[in-house]
Amino acid sequence: MISRRSFIAAGSAGLLAGCDRLNNSQAFRGVLRSAEGLTMRAQRLVMARDALAREYSEADMSPFFRSNGTSMPGTPDYARHLAENFANWTVTVDGLVARPLSIPIQALRSMPHRVQITRHDCVEGWSAIGKWHGVPLSKILDQARLSPRANYIVFHCADRFGDKPYYESIDLIDAFHPQTILAVGMNGHLLPVPNGAPVRLRVERQLGYKHAKYIQRIQAVESLAGVYGGKGGYWEDSTGYQWYAGI
Amino acid sequence: MNDQPITEARSRRIAYRHRLPTRVWHWVNAITVIVMLMSGLMILNAHPRLYWGAYGANFDPAWLNLGPRPFPGWATIPSSYNLAAARSWHFAFAWVLVAGLVIFLSVSLWNRHLQRDLAPTEQEVKPSHIWDDIKAHARLDLPRGDAALHYNILQKISYVAVIFGLIPLMILTGLTMSPAIDAAWPWLLDLFGGRQSARSIHFLCAAAILLFIIVHLVMVLLAGPFNEIRSMITGRFRVPPERATE
Repeated sequence: MISRRSFIAAGSAGLLAGCDRLNNSQAFRGVLRSAEGLTMRAQRLVMARDALAREYSEADMSPFFRSNGTSMPGTPDYARHLAENFANWTVTVDGLVARPLSIPIQALRSMPHRVQITRHDCVEGWSAIGKWHGVPLSKILDQARLSPRANYIVFHCADRFGDKPYYESIDLIDAFHPQTILAVGMNGHLLPVPNGAPVRLRVERQLGYKHAKYIQRIQAVESLAGVYGGKGGYWEDSTGYQWYAGI
Repeated sequence: MNDQPITEARSRRIAYRHRLPTRVWHWVNAITVIVMLMSGLMILNAHPRLYWGAYGANFDPAWLNLGPRPFPGWATIPSSYNLAAARSWHFAFAWVLVAGLVIFLSVSLWNRHLQRDLAPTEQEVKPSHIWDDIKAHARLDLPRGDAALHYNILQKISYVAVIFGLIPLMILTGLTMSPAIDAAWPWLLDLFGGRQSARSIHFLCAAAILLFIIVHLVMVLLAGPFNEIRSMITGRFRVPPERATE
Protein backbone atom coordinates (compact mmCIF):
# COMPACT_ATOMS: atom_id res chain seq x y z
CA MET A 1 0.00 0.00 0.00
CA ILE A 2 1.30 3.38 -0.97
CA SER A 3 1.17 6.05 1.70
CA ARG A 4 -0.32 9.40 0.83
CA ARG A 5 3.04 11.08 1.41
CA SER A 6 4.95 8.80 -0.94
CA PHE A 7 2.11 9.14 -3.44
CA ILE A 8 2.48 12.93 -3.37
CA ALA A 9 6.27 12.69 -3.54
CA ALA A 10 6.07 10.34 -6.50
CA GLY A 11 3.50 12.61 -8.10
CA SER A 12 5.61 15.74 -7.81
CA ALA A 13 8.74 13.90 -8.95
CA GLY A 14 6.75 12.69 -11.95
CA LEU A 15 5.50 16.21 -12.63
CA LEU A 16 9.02 17.60 -12.51
CA ALA A 17 10.47 14.85 -14.65
CA GLY A 18 7.64 15.50 -17.07
CA CYS A 19 8.40 19.22 -17.19
CA ASP A 20 12.10 18.56 -17.70
CA ARG A 21 11.30 16.07 -20.46
CA LEU A 22 9.01 18.65 -22.10
CA ASN A 23 11.73 21.24 -21.68
CA ASN A 24 14.10 19.02 -23.65
CA SER A 25 11.56 18.22 -26.35
CA GLN A 26 12.15 20.07 -29.61
CA ALA A 27 8.43 20.13 -30.40
CA PHE A 28 7.48 21.63 -27.03
CA ARG A 29 10.29 24.18 -27.27
CA GLY A 30 8.81 25.09 -30.65
CA VAL A 31 5.44 25.79 -28.99
CA LEU A 32 7.12 27.99 -26.37
CA ARG A 33 9.05 29.78 -29.16
CA SER A 34 5.86 30.56 -31.05
CA ALA A 35 4.57 32.26 -27.89
CA GLU A 36 7.67 34.50 -28.02
CA GLY A 37 6.72 35.63 -31.53
CA LEU A 38 3.20 36.32 -30.28
CA THR A 39 4.59 38.36 -27.37
CA MET A 40 6.74 40.48 -29.69
CA ARG A 41 3.92 41.12 -32.15
CA ALA A 42 1.47 41.94 -29.35
CA GLN A 43 3.92 44.34 -27.68
CA ARG A 44 4.67 46.04 -30.99
CA LEU A 45 0.93 46.31 -31.62
CA VAL A 46 0.18 48.17 -28.37
CA MET A 47 3.37 50.25 -28.48
CA ALA A 48 3.70 53.21 -30.84
CA ARG A 49 6.76 52.80 -33.06
CA ASP A 50 8.51 55.71 -31.38
CA ALA A 51 7.01 55.33 -27.89
CA LEU A 52 9.72 56.48 -25.51
CA ALA A 53 11.03 54.61 -22.52
CA ARG A 54 10.56 56.71 -19.39
CA GLU A 55 13.29 59.28 -18.83
CA TYR A 56 14.10 60.05 -15.20
CA SER A 57 15.58 63.02 -13.37
CA GLU A 58 19.05 63.11 -11.83
CA ALA A 59 17.47 62.65 -8.41
CA ASP A 60 16.18 59.24 -9.52
CA MET A 61 19.58 57.86 -10.52
CA SER A 62 21.08 54.75 -8.89
CA PRO A 63 23.84 55.70 -6.44
CA PHE A 64 25.95 52.93 -7.94
CA PHE A 65 25.32 51.49 -11.39
CA ARG A 66 26.53 47.89 -11.36
CA SER A 67 27.87 46.26 -14.51
CA ASN A 68 27.11 42.79 -15.77
CA GLY A 69 28.57 40.32 -18.24
CA THR A 70 32.09 41.41 -19.16
CA SER A 71 33.60 44.04 -16.87
CA MET A 72 37.03 43.98 -18.57
CA PRO A 73 37.58 42.44 -22.00
CA GLY A 74 40.71 40.40 -21.47
CA THR A 75 42.16 40.47 -24.98
CA PRO A 76 45.61 41.90 -25.78
CA ASP A 77 43.95 44.01 -28.45
CA TYR A 78 41.61 45.63 -25.92
CA ALA A 79 44.48 46.11 -23.45
CA ARG A 80 46.37 48.03 -26.13
CA HIS A 81 43.34 50.27 -26.84
CA LEU A 82 42.89 50.85 -23.12
CA ALA A 83 46.56 51.80 -22.77
CA GLU A 84 46.10 54.26 -25.65
CA ASN A 85 42.99 55.71 -23.98
CA PHE A 86 41.04 54.36 -26.97
CA ALA A 87 42.65 57.03 -29.21
CA ASN A 88 42.77 54.57 -32.12
CA TRP A 89 39.40 52.90 -31.56
CA THR A 90 37.18 52.96 -34.61
CA VAL A 91 33.68 51.73 -35.26
CA THR A 92 33.19 50.26 -38.71
CA VAL A 93 29.78 50.32 -40.34
CA ASP A 94 29.44 47.81 -43.15
CA GLY A 95 27.23 45.12 -44.64
CA LEU A 96 24.15 46.24 -46.53
CA VAL A 97 25.06 49.94 -46.71
CA ALA A 98 25.79 52.08 -49.75
CA ARG A 99 28.58 53.94 -47.96
CA PRO A 100 30.61 51.86 -45.49
CA LEU A 101 32.06 53.97 -42.68
CA SER A 102 34.97 53.81 -40.34
CA ILE A 103 34.25 56.23 -37.51
CA PRO A 104 37.07 57.19 -35.13
CA ILE A 105 35.92 57.30 -31.50
CA GLN A 106 36.89 60.99 -31.39
CA ALA A 107 34.38 61.70 -34.14
CA LEU A 108 31.63 59.85 -32.25
CA ARG A 109 32.49 61.81 -29.12
CA SER A 110 32.28 65.14 -30.91
CA MET A 111 29.03 64.55 -32.82
CA PRO A 112 25.82 66.05 -31.36
CA HIS A 113 24.63 63.89 -28.47
CA ARG A 114 21.34 62.86 -27.06
CA VAL A 115 21.42 62.73 -23.26
CA GLN A 116 18.94 60.43 -21.54
CA ILE A 117 18.46 59.22 -17.98
CA THR A 118 16.91 55.81 -18.34
CA ARG A 119 16.35 52.57 -16.47
CA HIS A 120 18.48 49.57 -17.35
CA ASP A 121 16.59 46.32 -16.72
CA CYS A 122 18.63 43.15 -16.50
CA VAL A 123 17.12 39.84 -17.59
CA GLU A 124 17.96 38.62 -14.06
CA GLY A 125 15.50 41.09 -12.58
CA TRP A 126 17.48 44.03 -11.20
CA SER A 127 17.26 47.62 -12.47
CA ALA A 128 19.64 50.57 -12.38
CA ILE A 129 19.05 54.13 -13.53
CA GLY A 130 21.87 55.97 -15.26
CA LYS A 131 22.54 58.89 -17.57
CA TRP A 132 23.75 58.15 -21.06
CA HIS A 133 25.33 60.46 -23.63
CA GLY A 134 25.50 59.29 -27.21
CA VAL A 135 24.87 59.60 -30.91
CA PRO A 136 21.50 58.41 -32.23
CA LEU A 137 22.11 55.25 -34.21
CA SER A 138 19.72 56.53 -36.87
CA LYS A 139 22.21 59.33 -37.68
CA ILE A 140 24.98 56.81 -38.31
CA LEU A 141 22.74 54.53 -40.38
CA ASP A 142 21.56 57.51 -42.46
CA GLN A 143 25.17 58.53 -43.10
CA ALA A 144 25.98 55.00 -44.19
CA ARG A 145 22.88 54.90 -46.39
CA LEU A 146 21.25 51.66 -45.38
CA SER A 147 20.17 49.40 -48.21
CA PRO A 148 16.42 48.72 -48.48
CA ARG A 149 17.32 45.02 -48.20
CA ALA A 150 18.67 45.48 -44.66
CA ASN A 151 16.42 44.10 -41.90
CA TYR A 152 18.74 43.84 -38.90
CA ILE A 153 21.64 45.72 -37.40
CA VAL A 154 24.33 43.50 -35.84
CA PHE A 155 26.77 44.82 -33.22
CA HIS A 156 30.15 43.08 -33.00
CA CYS A 157 31.94 43.58 -29.69
CA ALA A 158 35.49 43.40 -28.41
CA ASP A 159 34.68 41.20 -25.43
CA ARG A 160 34.93 37.42 -25.55
CA PHE A 161 33.10 34.69 -23.66
CA GLY A 162 35.63 31.88 -23.74
CA ASP A 163 36.74 32.07 -27.36
CA LYS A 164 33.41 33.41 -28.61
CA PRO A 165 32.96 37.10 -29.42
CA TYR A 166 29.95 38.88 -27.92
CA TYR A 167 27.47 40.18 -30.43
CA GLU A 168 23.88 41.34 -30.49
CA SER A 169 21.31 42.43 -33.04
CA ILE A 170 18.16 44.54 -33.27
CA ASP A 171 15.65 45.16 -36.02
CA LEU A 172 15.08 48.47 -37.78
CA ILE A 173 12.17 49.50 -35.52
CA ASP A 174 14.56 49.62 -32.57
CA ALA A 175 17.55 50.76 -34.67
CA PHE A 176 15.74 53.94 -35.75
CA HIS A 177 14.07 54.57 -32.36
CA PRO A 178 14.98 58.05 -31.06
CA GLN A 179 16.40 56.68 -27.79
CA THR A 180 18.60 54.09 -29.49
CA ILE A 181 22.06 55.62 -29.18
CA LEU A 182 25.70 54.68 -29.39
CA ALA A 183 26.64 55.85 -25.91
CA VAL A 184 30.13 57.22 -25.38
CA GLY A 185 29.44 58.78 -21.98
CA MET A 186 27.75 57.76 -18.75
CA ASN A 187 26.73 59.87 -15.76
CA GLY A 188 28.61 62.90 -17.13
CA HIS A 189 31.92 61.11 -17.82
CA LEU A 190 33.45 59.09 -20.62
CA LEU A 191 32.04 55.56 -20.60
CA PRO A 192 33.84 53.46 -17.93
CA VAL A 193 35.36 50.09 -18.91
CA PRO A 194 32.85 47.89 -16.96
CA ASN A 195 29.99 49.66 -18.74
CA GLY A 196 31.41 49.18 -22.25
CA ALA A 197 34.18 51.71 -22.95
CA PRO A 198 34.59 53.36 -25.31
CA VAL A 199 31.17 52.85 -26.94
CA ARG A 200 28.08 50.78 -26.22
CA LEU A 201 24.53 50.47 -27.46
CA ARG A 202 21.50 51.74 -25.57
CA VAL A 203 18.25 50.20 -26.80
CA GLU A 204 15.94 51.33 -24.06
CA ARG A 205 12.83 49.23 -24.67
CA GLN A 206 14.71 45.94 -24.29
CA LEU A 207 16.58 44.12 -21.53
CA GLY A 208 20.24 44.62 -20.69
CA TYR A 209 21.81 41.84 -22.74
CA LYS A 210 20.71 43.59 -25.95
CA HIS A 211 22.79 46.66 -24.99
CA ALA A 212 26.04 45.52 -26.63
CA LYS A 213 29.21 46.95 -25.07
CA TYR A 214 32.73 47.53 -26.52
CA ILE A 215 31.33 47.97 -30.05
CA GLN A 216 33.84 47.65 -32.91
CA ARG A 217 31.67 46.89 -35.88
CA ILE A 218 28.09 47.61 -36.91
CA GLN A 219 26.85 45.39 -39.70
CA ALA A 220 23.59 45.68 -41.63
CA VAL A 221 22.19 42.32 -42.72
CA GLU A 222 19.12 40.96 -44.43
CA SER A 223 18.86 37.90 -42.20
CA LEU A 224 20.43 36.77 -38.94
CA ALA A 225 20.85 33.24 -40.26
CA GLY A 226 24.40 33.80 -41.48
CA VAL A 227 25.69 35.49 -38.33
CA TYR A 228 27.49 33.15 -35.88
CA GLY A 229 24.90 30.67 -34.51
CA GLY A 230 22.08 32.36 -36.40
CA LYS A 231 19.91 33.33 -33.41
CA GLY A 232 20.99 36.97 -33.36
CA GLY A 233 23.14 37.22 -30.26
CA TYR A 234 25.73 35.55 -28.07
CA TRP A 235 23.25 34.58 -25.32
CA GLU A 236 20.61 33.63 -27.86
CA ASP A 237 23.06 31.22 -29.53
CA SER A 238 24.69 29.86 -26.39
CA THR A 239 21.88 29.45 -23.86
CA GLY A 240 18.63 30.07 -25.70
CA TYR A 241 17.81 33.57 -24.47
CA GLN A 242 14.99 35.22 -26.37
CA TRP A 243 16.10 37.38 -29.31
CA TYR A 244 13.25 39.80 -28.56
CA ALA A 245 13.95 41.08 -25.07
CA GLY A 246 11.11 43.57 -24.63
CA ILE A 247 9.82 41.46 -21.73
CA MET B 1 -35.36 26.51 -2.68
CA ASN B 2 -35.98 22.82 -2.05
CA ASP B 3 -38.40 21.92 0.69
CA GLN B 4 -38.36 18.15 0.44
CA PRO B 5 -38.09 16.50 3.82
CA ILE B 6 -34.69 15.16 4.74
CA THR B 7 -34.74 11.51 3.91
CA GLU B 8 -32.16 8.80 3.49
CA ALA B 9 -32.83 8.85 -0.26
CA ARG B 10 -32.12 12.55 -0.40
CA SER B 11 -28.85 12.20 1.48
CA ARG B 12 -27.58 10.05 -1.37
CA ARG B 13 -28.53 12.81 -3.74
CA ILE B 14 -26.07 13.53 -6.54
CA ALA B 15 -26.25 17.14 -7.62
CA TYR B 16 -24.78 18.90 -10.64
CA ARG B 17 -22.52 21.45 -8.97
CA HIS B 18 -19.94 22.79 -11.46
CA ARG B 19 -20.71 23.63 -15.06
CA LEU B 20 -18.32 22.87 -17.90
CA PRO B 21 -16.70 26.34 -18.28
CA THR B 22 -15.89 26.41 -14.56
CA ARG B 23 -14.41 22.91 -14.66
CA VAL B 24 -12.33 23.52 -17.80
CA TRP B 25 -10.98 26.81 -16.44
CA HIS B 26 -10.25 25.24 -13.06
CA TRP B 27 -7.95 22.59 -14.51
CA VAL B 28 -6.36 24.77 -17.21
CA ASN B 29 -5.70 27.38 -14.57
CA ALA B 30 -4.41 24.84 -12.05
CA ILE B 31 -1.73 23.70 -14.52
CA THR B 32 -1.00 27.26 -15.66
CA VAL B 33 -0.66 28.72 -12.18
CA ILE B 34 1.59 25.88 -11.00
CA VAL B 35 3.83 26.25 -14.08
CA MET B 36 3.95 30.01 -13.56
CA LEU B 37 4.79 29.68 -9.86
CA MET B 38 7.56 27.14 -10.51
CA SER B 39 9.08 28.92 -13.52
CA GLY B 40 8.70 32.17 -11.56
CA LEU B 41 10.78 30.76 -8.71
CA MET B 42 13.49 29.87 -11.24
CA ILE B 43 13.40 33.45 -12.55
CA LEU B 44 13.65 34.73 -8.96
CA ASN B 45 16.64 32.39 -8.45
CA ALA B 46 18.53 34.61 -10.92
CA HIS B 47 18.32 37.63 -8.62
CA PRO B 48 16.67 36.67 -5.32
CA ARG B 49 16.54 40.19 -3.92
CA LEU B 50 13.48 42.46 -3.87
CA TYR B 51 13.33 46.24 -3.69
CA TRP B 52 10.87 49.12 -3.51
CA GLY B 53 10.99 51.95 -6.05
CA ALA B 54 12.12 52.37 -9.65
CA TYR B 55 15.60 50.86 -9.41
CA GLY B 56 17.24 48.17 -7.30
CA ALA B 57 20.38 46.10 -7.75
CA ASN B 58 23.05 44.46 -5.64
CA PHE B 59 24.34 47.65 -4.03
CA ASP B 60 20.89 49.00 -3.18
CA PRO B 61 18.97 48.12 0.01
CA ALA B 62 16.71 45.10 -0.51
CA TRP B 63 13.65 44.48 1.68
CA LEU B 64 14.00 40.77 1.01
CA ASN B 65 17.26 38.95 0.34
CA LEU B 66 16.92 35.20 -0.01
CA GLY B 67 20.59 34.44 -0.62
CA PRO B 68 22.07 32.78 -3.70
CA ARG B 69 19.79 30.42 -5.71
CA PRO B 70 17.33 29.88 -2.82
CA PHE B 71 14.78 27.66 -4.56
CA PRO B 72 15.65 23.96 -4.93
CA GLY B 73 15.16 21.94 -8.12
CA TRP B 74 11.90 20.32 -6.98
CA ALA B 75 10.28 23.76 -6.75
CA THR B 76 11.39 25.15 -10.12
CA ILE B 77 10.82 24.67 -13.84
CA PRO B 78 13.18 23.53 -15.25
CA SER B 79 14.66 21.71 -12.27
CA SER B 80 18.26 22.79 -12.92
CA TYR B 81 19.26 26.44 -13.23
CA ASN B 82 18.17 27.82 -16.61
CA LEU B 83 16.84 31.37 -16.66
CA ALA B 84 16.28 31.41 -20.44
CA ALA B 85 14.09 28.28 -20.38
CA ALA B 86 12.17 29.45 -17.29
CA ARG B 87 11.39 32.71 -19.11
CA SER B 88 10.14 30.78 -22.14
CA TRP B 89 7.78 28.72 -19.97
CA HIS B 90 6.66 31.72 -17.91
CA PHE B 91 5.80 33.98 -20.85
CA ALA B 92 4.13 31.22 -22.89
CA PHE B 93 1.89 30.20 -19.99
CA ALA B 94 1.22 33.88 -19.24
CA TRP B 95 -0.79 33.93 -22.46
CA VAL B 96 -2.81 30.93 -21.24
CA LEU B 97 -3.40 32.70 -17.92
CA VAL B 98 -4.60 35.90 -19.60
CA ALA B 99 -6.71 34.15 -22.24
CA GLY B 100 -8.20 31.77 -19.67
CA LEU B 101 -9.14 34.60 -17.34
CA VAL B 102 -10.71 36.69 -20.10
CA ILE B 103 -12.71 33.75 -21.50
CA PHE B 104 -13.79 32.52 -18.04
CA LEU B 105 -14.93 36.00 -16.99
CA SER B 106 -16.82 36.56 -20.25
CA VAL B 107 -18.57 33.18 -20.11
CA SER B 108 -19.29 33.55 -16.39
CA LEU B 109 -20.81 36.96 -16.91
CA TRP B 110 -22.90 35.60 -19.76
CA ASN B 111 -24.11 32.45 -17.96
CA ARG B 112 -24.52 34.47 -14.75
CA HIS B 113 -22.10 32.31 -12.76
CA LEU B 114 -20.50 35.50 -11.42
CA GLN B 115 -23.75 37.17 -10.47
CA ARG B 116 -25.48 34.06 -9.14
CA ASP B 117 -22.72 32.01 -7.51
CA LEU B 118 -19.77 34.32 -6.76
CA ALA B 119 -21.30 37.67 -5.85
CA PRO B 120 -21.96 37.80 -2.07
CA THR B 121 -25.54 38.61 -1.13
CA GLU B 122 -26.46 41.48 1.13
CA GLN B 123 -27.23 39.03 3.95
CA GLU B 124 -23.86 37.25 3.53
CA VAL B 125 -21.71 40.37 3.89
CA LYS B 126 -23.14 41.20 7.30
CA PRO B 127 -20.28 40.98 9.82
CA SER B 128 -22.33 38.65 12.03
CA HIS B 129 -22.78 36.20 9.13
CA ILE B 130 -19.10 36.34 8.20
CA TRP B 131 -18.17 35.76 11.84
CA ASP B 132 -20.52 32.77 12.07
CA ASP B 133 -18.92 31.31 8.94
CA ILE B 134 -15.43 31.85 10.37
CA LYS B 135 -16.49 30.04 13.55
CA ALA B 136 -18.01 27.19 11.54
CA HIS B 137 -14.78 26.84 9.52
CA ALA B 138 -12.73 26.92 12.73
CA ARG B 139 -14.83 24.03 14.08
CA LEU B 140 -14.32 22.30 10.69
CA ASP B 141 -18.10 22.26 10.54
CA LEU B 142 -18.40 22.25 6.75
CA PRO B 143 -21.68 22.98 4.96
CA ARG B 144 -24.01 20.04 4.44
CA GLY B 145 -27.19 19.52 2.47
CA ASP B 146 -28.25 22.33 0.15
CA ALA B 147 -25.73 24.66 1.75
CA ALA B 148 -22.94 22.50 0.30
CA LEU B 149 -24.21 23.29 -3.19
CA HIS B 150 -23.43 26.97 -2.80
CA TYR B 151 -20.22 28.79 -2.05
CA ASN B 152 -20.14 30.00 1.53
CA ILE B 153 -19.11 33.59 2.21
CA LEU B 154 -15.45 32.77 3.00
CA GLN B 155 -15.25 30.81 -0.25
CA LYS B 156 -16.82 33.68 -2.16
CA ILE B 157 -14.44 36.20 -0.61
CA SER B 158 -11.37 34.11 -1.41
CA TYR B 159 -12.45 33.22 -4.97
CA VAL B 160 -13.38 36.83 -5.73
CA ALA B 161 -10.07 38.01 -4.22
CA VAL B 162 -8.11 35.61 -6.44
CA ILE B 163 -10.11 36.14 -9.65
CA PHE B 164 -10.55 39.91 -9.42
CA GLY B 165 -7.59 40.82 -7.21
CA LEU B 166 -4.57 38.55 -7.27
CA ILE B 167 -4.62 37.24 -10.85
CA PRO B 168 -5.16 40.70 -12.44
CA LEU B 169 -2.48 42.12 -10.14
CA MET B 170 -0.08 39.35 -11.17
CA ILE B 171 -0.71 40.15 -14.83
CA LEU B 172 -0.37 43.92 -14.45
CA THR B 173 2.75 43.81 -12.26
CA GLY B 174 4.23 41.24 -14.66
CA LEU B 175 3.62 43.61 -17.57
CA THR B 176 5.19 46.47 -15.60
CA MET B 177 8.46 44.52 -15.54
CA SER B 178 8.54 44.61 -19.36
CA PRO B 179 10.59 47.59 -20.60
CA ALA B 180 8.59 47.66 -23.85
CA ILE B 181 5.21 47.73 -22.07
CA ASP B 182 6.56 50.50 -19.82
CA ALA B 183 7.18 52.57 -22.96
CA ALA B 184 3.68 51.79 -24.26
CA TRP B 185 1.83 52.18 -20.96
CA PRO B 186 3.98 54.32 -18.65
CA TRP B 187 1.01 54.74 -16.26
CA LEU B 188 1.77 51.22 -15.04
CA LEU B 189 5.02 52.51 -13.52
CA ASP B 190 3.07 55.18 -11.63
CA LEU B 191 0.36 52.75 -10.57
CA PHE B 192 2.82 50.41 -8.84
CA GLY B 193 5.48 52.93 -7.83
CA GLY B 194 8.24 51.81 -10.19
CA ARG B 195 9.48 48.62 -11.81
CA GLN B 196 11.13 47.17 -8.72
CA SER B 197 8.03 47.84 -6.62
CA ALA B 198 6.00 46.04 -9.29
CA ARG B 199 8.44 43.12 -9.06
CA SER B 200 8.00 43.02 -5.27
CA ILE B 201 4.19 43.15 -5.56
CA HIS B 202 4.37 40.40 -8.20
CA PHE B 203 6.22 38.21 -5.68
CA LEU B 204 3.84 39.03 -2.81
CA CYS B 205 0.78 38.23 -4.95
CA ALA B 206 2.43 34.95 -6.02
CA ALA B 207 2.97 34.10 -2.35
CA ALA B 208 -0.69 34.91 -1.66
CA ILE B 209 -1.77 32.65 -4.53
CA LEU B 210 0.42 29.86 -3.14
CA LEU B 211 -1.25 30.35 0.26
CA PHE B 212 -4.66 30.19 -1.44
CA ILE B 213 -3.70 26.92 -3.16
CA ILE B 214 -2.55 25.38 0.12
CA VAL B 215 -5.74 26.38 1.99
CA HIS B 216 -7.84 25.29 -0.99
CA LEU B 217 -6.20 21.83 -1.02
CA VAL B 218 -6.60 21.47 2.74
CA MET B 219 -10.31 22.31 2.40
CA VAL B 220 -10.67 19.76 -0.40
CA LEU B 221 -9.10 17.11 1.85
CA LEU B 222 -11.38 18.06 4.76
CA ALA B 223 -14.51 18.14 2.62
CA GLY B 224 -13.80 14.73 1.08
CA PRO B 225 -11.25 14.69 -1.72
CA PHE B 226 -12.89 12.01 -3.87
CA ASN B 227 -16.26 13.74 -3.98
CA GLU B 228 -14.71 17.20 -4.41
CA ILE B 229 -12.32 16.21 -7.20
CA ARG B 230 -15.02 14.22 -8.97
CA SER B 231 -17.33 17.24 -8.86
CA MET B 232 -14.63 19.34 -10.50
CA ILE B 233 -14.12 16.71 -13.23
CA THR B 234 -17.64 15.49 -13.99
CA GLY B 235 -19.58 18.30 -12.33
CA ARG B 236 -21.46 15.77 -10.17
CA PHE B 237 -21.33 16.05 -6.41
CA ARG B 238 -22.70 13.74 -3.74
CA VAL B 239 -24.48 16.08 -1.34
CA PRO B 240 -23.44 15.47 2.26
CA PRO B 241 -26.61 14.74 4.24
CA GLU B 242 -27.91 17.21 6.77
CA ARG B 243 -27.25 16.27 10.35
CA ALA B 244 -30.28 14.53 11.86
CA THR B 245 -30.20 16.70 14.98
CA GLU B 246 -32.61 19.57 14.77
